[in-house]
Amino acid sequence: MEFFRYTKTYRFMGKSKFAMVLSVVMVLGSFVLLATKGLNYGIDFAGGTIVQVKYAGEAPIDAMREKLKSNPLFEGSSISEFGSSDEVVIRMKTTTSDVVVDVGDVTHATLAGTGEFEIRRVDIVGPKVGGELREQGLTSLILAVIGILIYVAFRFEWRFAVASVFALVHDVSIALGALALVQIDVNLDVLAALLTILGYSLNDTIIIFDRIREGVVDSKNTELGEMIDDSVTKTLSRTTLTSLTTLFVVFTLFMFGGEIIHPFAFTLLVGIVVGTYSSIFIAAPTLVWFGFDVKNYHAKLAEKARREAEKAKMRAQYESGIM
Amino acid sequence: MLLGVKTDEAVISRMKSIAASIKHYTQKKDILIDELAAHEENVTFTVLDSDEIAGIKNYLAEMSGVVVSVEGERLILTLTPEEVQRTKELSVAQAIETIRNRLDQFGLSEPVVARQGEEKILVQLAGIKTLEEEQRARELISRAAKLELMAVDEERNARVHAMTHADAASYGDVILSDANNPQLLYLVKEIPILDGGMLTDAQVGFDQNNRPVINFSLNAEGAELFGDFTGRNVGKRLAIVLDGKVYSAPNINERIGGGSGQISGNYSVLEAKDLAIALRSGALLAPIELLEKRSVGPSLGADSIQASMVALIGGFVAVILFMMVYYKMAGVIANIALIANLLIILAVMSLFGATLTLPGMAGIVLTVGMAVDANVIISERIRELLREGVSIHKAIEDGYANAMRAILDANITTLIAAVVLYVYGTGAIKGFAVTISIGILASMLTAILGTHGIYQMLESKIAKSKNKKFWFGIKG
Repeated sequence: MEFFRYTKTYRFMGKSKFAMVLSVVMVLGSFVLLATKGLNYGIDFAGGTIVQVKYAGEAPIDAMREKLKSNPLFEGSSISEFGSSDEVVIRMKTTTSDVVVDVGDVTHATLAGTGEFEIRRVDIVGPKVGGELREQGLTSLILAVIGILIYVAFRFEWRFAVASVFALVHDVSIALGALALVQIDVNLDVLAALLTILGYSLNDTIIIFDRIREGVVDSKNTELGEMIDDSVTKTLSRTTLTSLTTLFVVFTLFMFGGEIIHPFAFTLLVGIVVGTYSSIFIAAPTLVWFGFDVKNYHAKLAEKARREAEKAKMRAQYESGIM
Repeated sequence: MLLGVKTDEAVISRMKSIAASIKHYTQKKDILIDELAAHEENVTFTVLDSDEIAGIKNYLAEMSGVVVSVEGERLILTLTPEEVQRTKELSVAQAIETIRNRLDQFGLSEPVVARQGEEKILVQLAGIKTLEEEQRARELISRAAKLELMAVDEERNARVHAMTHADAASYGDVILSDANNPQLLYLVKEIPILDGGMLTDAQVGFDQNNRPVINFSLNAEGAELFGDFTGRNVGKRLAIVLDGKVYSAPNINERIGGGSGQISGNYSVLEAKDLAIALRSGALLAPIELLEKRSVGPSLGADSIQASMVALIGGFVAVILFMMVYYKMAGVIANIALIANLLIILAVMSLFGATLTLPGMAGIVLTVGMAVDANVIISERIRELLREGVSIHKAIEDGYANAMRAILDANITTLIAAVVLYVYGTGAIKGFAVTISIGILASMLTAILGTHGIYQMLESKIAKSKNKKFWFGIKG
């Protein structure tokens, strides 16, 4: 089975202007969303308490609210359904720092009389920890990107590095914008999903860049645009196949993985689609944009080869005792 | 759960203990001092006879990290910044040691008590069976277990109910309430005679009414201090104070040598047992606060993991079927590598005792994706070469050689990200980093070495059959 006609080269560069406009609109839109609606930080990053309660029947939310009012611990708490009508989460901005107080027990006692229920989850994150987690998350994201930048610059060329990071920033921005749009709780699992997107998108980009590098080295053609079209086409079936198979897995997680995995699966879903798009339409054209020049690269390679040949010659001379 | 150590409080209690030793020294040398008080930043007191200042300064010079400044008859003691740092550091190290000790004695098989960052302690109570047990363990961990023997200020105690805390402080006293009867107040000297640091043992015993009590013994220094004090104060009362509450205040009938005592209170045998553990393992130098706690009820953990596992396996099966349809035998070979890869990840994860968390699952999705990817890249390269009409042998060898570079670069960049995350991340993110690192290494092993070997083994067969549709899913 084959998806694409291997004899045909698809003209991606011709669409690059359109793609650029689309991307700029999406990225700017994401920034606007982030600035106006903002991310909805969950307790991992904002600090707070979450208690998940499951009732035997439908959860009596109004009765629960009344009961919670009687205990100052639950001041300012909100109750919302979680997946189904018999399961709810109580969210509080406050935390208790007393090691001995068990919020689960307190909730159990406070809600007594509202029906048959069990406490399924209690998460407490102190405000200090939340702030630190946010800081560490951001630091690690930035450092990871810098590390990648250095490696790609070393293996390819600096323009490849900048282009790949450009695509990464593009993907993560749009994913964040989507998170702001649907106001999903941003917790550690969403951060993990963002990192996964980073990994995927980078993977896609590197594979295409590798093809371009190969094309540049092997062919006499110096027209970068054509070469990019050729490389993207050759990797097209790989890009689609990999993205589709991963999408399978993530989509099943999204559909059947349960409420708790929703934020994670949603982020991945958006990220994989955007990541695939950016690898095909954004990353490679950015190379042209940053002024990557095939002739120059050829010259550089030739220079490198010449130096290596010289070195080999010197070594040979040294070994045979001439020097 | 993640606990924080309030290290500032450790510095304050250091100030108090400096004050206590000054008091003891001056009493022994019959030097009259006044207005001795421990504050957050310093300890201050006034020497009535200025000729004695030199002697006191000599004594204080022996204390490390203490800076003395003199203003007339008034002495001000502060700690050097290094000493403050050291005190804080010590309080965290001591808290870890103490909590570990307590949990060990509590009977937990393998509790995790690990330091995290500057002032944080990660505690995991593995092996807890019931909620009651967990509650007891938490009470045990957080208990300061600060035992102090304090002198009741008999001159003023009668007026205690009319006094404010500020009034008490002006006499160098504090007001403490009774452990069993909060209405009952005692006025005691702020600076204790001795504290739990001089304790050598604490055991549960029973008094004449068969109620549980705790018998404690003191070390030589404590026994001497205790003997001296009781000898000088016959007829007065001695308050036995635990964590700021007076448990009992017996009359001193005679000098008590030997250095042992008893704490009676209204507690159950189990409570007495936990208290004895806490006393034996020593007091916490600084109080502990809860920073983070996550608990998943058994049913939630089970069914959410189950739901996602079903989804993951379903997705995985779909991928495997798809690979077989799309690549035919090449897909089957890739699938062998995929399954081997998944098994390696799971095996290594269980070897490390990692629990499956959401970020961990993210790691598996990412690495399975990358493993599929590596196989897809290889298969596509081989197909490409076959279409160009090269021989089977050359297509396989060159296909691998060409694919290798891309796979290596892609995997190494992801590995770089994983290492950064491992170093800078905490908890779940570290888990994610570990999972993808294992996965990447496993996928390079299975996709590059594993399948290449299979192809080399089958090469002659493939060459003979010449059925590219069966082997690689392409025409020809």
